[in-house]
Amino acid sequence: MSVPRDLFYTATSEWVRFTDDGFALAGLTDHAQETLGDIAYVNLSCVAGGAVSAGEAMGEIESIKAVTDVYAPVSGTVAAVNEEAVDNPERINADPYGAWLVKIGPFEPNPALLDAAAYEQIIAGE
Amino acid sequence: MEKKTPFCDAHVRSAGKMVPYAGYLLPVSYAAGIAAEHMAVRTAAGLFDVSHMGEVLISGADALSNLQNLLTNDFSGMADGQIKYSPMCNEDGGTVDDLLVYRKDEKLYMIVLNASNREKDISWMRARLQGDTKLTDISEQTAEIAIQGPRSAEIVATLADSPLPVKYYTFTDNISISGVRCLVSRTGYTGEDGFELYLDNQNARDVWDALMQQGVAAGLLPCGLGARDTLRLEAAMPLYGHELDEDITPLEAGLGRFVKMEKDFFLGKSALLRAGTPARERIGLEILDRGIARAGDTVLLNEKAIGAVTSGTMAPALNKAVAMALVQRGSVAAGYELGVESRGKILQARVVGLPFYKKSK
Repeated sequence: MSVPRDLFYTATSEWVRFTDDGFALAGLTDHAQETLGDIAYVNLSCVAGGAVSAGEAMGEIESIKAVTDVYAPVSGTVAAVNEEAVDNPERINADPYGAWLVKIGPFEPNPALLDAAAYEQIIAGE
Repeated sequence: MEKKTPFCDAHVRSAGKMVPYAGYLLPVSYAAGIAAEHMAVRTAAGLFDVSHMGEVLISGADALSNLQNLLTNDFSGMADGQIKYSPMCNEDGGTVDDLLVYRKDEKLYMIVLNASNREKDISWMRARLQGDTKLTDISEQTAEIAIQGPRSAEIVATLADSPLPVKYYTFTDNISISGVRCLVSRTGYTGEDGFELYLDNQNARDVWDALMQQGVAAGLLPCGLGARDTLRLEAAMPLYGHELDEDITPLEAGLGRFVKMEKDFFLGKSALLRAGTPARERIGLEILDRGIARAGDTVLLNEKAIGAVTSGTMAPALNKAVAMALVQRGSVAAGYELGVESRGKILQARVVGLPFYKKSK
């Protein structure tokens, strides 16, 4: 199970990458895609220009086995959604940390985010 | 604590994601994932551990008359080595279980029943046996392997010491597969050609390993419960607890050809007669929106509820979401568009014929 050190995480298994140009990229962790299995649909409820709030659903991920909400890791303005991942959801299974879903910025810092070690502990306990 | 099948260690070694199911620890999928396992069965072969299934023997001079009494299908004209599918009804016409009957000889039959219903079925049948008949539960010592897909026959034949059953729904007892005695039937739950092997727990692991090894070159993958479900759903085969239960009659579930109303008597017959035309019917749905309808979702026609989804999935071989539903009879026909309320949203769906998938001849 891959948990890259340079990312931050939520307890609901989203990852966040803070980019040099001031955005937060959010996606699903390797653990999340592994648990869901083959992803069939990504249905994002947010659109570019809209707002998301930390801890609130910004869409649904539907796999063969199950459906789950995907939560915003930070509050802010949606700068972009990754249409390529939406159209090719199998990318999330193949490359969970490359297939970002939502680009957020400007955003507010979220002190509740977990570092890799803390997230690893959470998924080890599941 | 879940029971382990003889193949449990093999699953763990193949990175099987083990889950509790019907009292057993079984893989839901392996490293390849449900979609890849599903496609292996459609294009090459897949290997399934179905040791959780229940097996009972019905023996004695009155075995046949008891089957005729307990089950809806007609077993009177069966030959040795033949298999018939049948629902088993309660007195109200609801379904106790659906099962397979293997005729070994005129006084000995093997019944294969659903793992989750095993204890219920056995006490149901035992309480109703008449005359010279004995029911023996051999589930605990019996392992079962299913090998399914167009390349199954060549894989099994290479390891077998005698010819495999040729006709669908027939079986041959005492075929040695990789040196282990098996009852081999040409049956399955995937909509593909394939075999089910029944064998003693002891040495069963050798057969699994041999099939895995022999199958690799042909593209065989080990398959979990996830693929078993998506495969049977594409083939529109009913799953007990979804398309069938104690409150759903086999006629409502569209299994009328396995219910022989011309038999003098079977349990549930008078209730089915009294009920007349079934109130509900099983239909197929293709989901038009980007979503998957799931069991329990409400089916809406012009905003009015007409029934509920019994099973739904993304169908890997069709690349679209499909579902089966039980709805008011006659309320819709193929081509109708309707709605499925799924997680607070309405998914547009179209009524289609069943099965969703049929193998090419």
